[in-house]
Amino acid sequence: MSTTSLPLTQHRSEQIERYTFKERICHWLTGFSYLYCLLTGLAFYTPYLFWLALALGGGATSRYWHPFIGLEFFVAAIWMHRLWRRDVEMTEADREWLDKSSNYVTNQDNLVPPQNKFNAGQKMYYWAMYYGAFLLLLSGLFMWFPELIPFSLRWIRPIAVILHECAALITIGAFIIHVYMSLFTVPGSLTAMLTGYVSRDWAATHHRLWYDQIMGRSSTAARTPAPKG
Amino acid sequence: MSNGPLEIKAISGHTGTVPGRDASRDYPVAKLIDVTTCIGCKACEVACLEWNGYPFRETFFDNTYQTMPDLAWNYYNLIRFNEDVAPDGTLSWLMRKDGCLHCADPGCLRACPADGAIVQYANGIVDFQQDNCIGCQYCVTGCPFNIPKFNSETKKVHKCTLCSDRVGAGLEPACIKACPTGCLHFGSKEDMLDLADKRIKQLKEHTSHKNAGLYDPAGVGGTHVMYVLHDIENPEKYGGLPKDPHIPLLVRIWKGPLKWLGNIAMIGGVLGVAVHYLRFGPKEVEKSSDEVAKSK
Repeated sequence: MSTTSLPLTQHRSEQIERYTFKERICHWLTGFSYLYCLLTGLAFYTPYLFWLALALGGGATSRYWHPFIGLEFFVAAIWMHRLWRRDVEMTEADREWLDKSSNYVTNQDNLVPPQNKFNAGQKMYYWAMYYGAFLLLLSGLFMWFPELIPFSLRWIRPIAVILHECAALITIGAFIIHVYMSLFTVPGSLTAMLTGYVSRDWAATHHRLWYDQIMGRSSTAARTPAPKG
Repeated sequence: MSNGPLEIKAISGHTGTVPGRDASRDYPVAKLIDVTTCIGCKACEVACLEWNGYPFRETFFDNTYQTMPDLAWNYYNLIRFNEDVAPDGTLSWLMRKDGCLHCADPGCLRACPADGAIVQYANGIVDFQQDNCIGCQYCVTGCPFNIPKFNSETKKVHKCTLCSDRVGAGLEPACIKACPTGCLHFGSKEDMLDLADKRIKQLKEHTSHKNAGLYDPAGVGGTHVMYVLHDIENPEKYGGLPKDPHIPLLVRIWKGPLKWLGNIAMIGGVLGVAVHYLRFGPKEVEKSSDEVAKSK
């Protein structure tokens, strides 16, 4: 990771709080429950990855916990929606960003319009996961208790499975990009989600509108953030 | 060849080659149920419970000669009862021994994701291995006959084993041994087809059952439990035997094209981001471009 934005090595006065304690707790609750469901789900998805279930405590154990952790994921996702629903609304500026998103993908960020707290790509990721959570819950409930579906309504069972897999595949595609970008393409984002803080330069580069808003509203608060907790 | 009949033919959720495949020259076995001579005595139900060591369950009475409404995880074998009124007003009591049909193309095995939880032996028996079962019940989704039953306490699925343990030791299944009328037969599939043929001819020539026929549905590749029915045109009246059973199309799509599309998409996604990193690398942060930061 680049040294430009390792908040812990810099003085706190150079830092801006990006994610509150609540936001971070919520993010990692959804993150780890999604990851658990992803790994166990992949084990049930293909025999080539069944070893994942064995590594996580065995097939039966994985099958037992997968729906409970999935439920936890859904609840955490709803909480996240309460925290971020204003920040993830698509705006006109996002449309402009999407038109020029090829510049963002090729790292020509100077050709991309300035962005608010989340850019349009992050918002799209958010909505994929949000609606995915609903689809996964709905289809998952049928798969949790298939014995309660009468034989005369048996067509529901494979429809639920296919819906569950399609929803999962869409979120997996989004998840791959999310993990890749936060770990590799945008140095500083993982530390931001761990410590809550980013450097001023990081904020100005990646989320200019959000940065201006924060500096304009209360530049002293940004310079000397309140102690955590 | 003492273990010959239990040579494995296919395994659920298994990658790579199947151990021992095609090594056995033992003949496929079959159970033939001659519904026309079943008197509904339930000796086979009792024998099944006894051999498998399950306790007797409370029975259920709804003014018919059926012991209980459905098969259960510890009740593999149920005589289904139906009072059928023919167009000419003739009343008949239809008794059909219900249980796993041991399909040659088993939907349960195709749907199962757990390595080795469902095994198909070279002799045609499809057997559940509860040690490997994870309790997901995909087999319930894959079966066109409503056979596998879930034990919600142990989270394992059970069904008729065709007494694979007895057959492996050269014995007939327990139900066959108990049947007092000779309605149940067991032997090689070839012999059973032959026997069925003779019986159907007999029924057509000497009785009024001109529609008599063999139930060995091709949609699931044929079965290793077959029925001789008085009326092959209407198997539904024998307690809901499907006329043309198939593994559900959605299950085939799920286990076939969807799987490969998904695999390619996921591998493509991971490769895609890796190539992206090699080509474009990380984003740079512009250093202290901001005046407020500079002025500090």
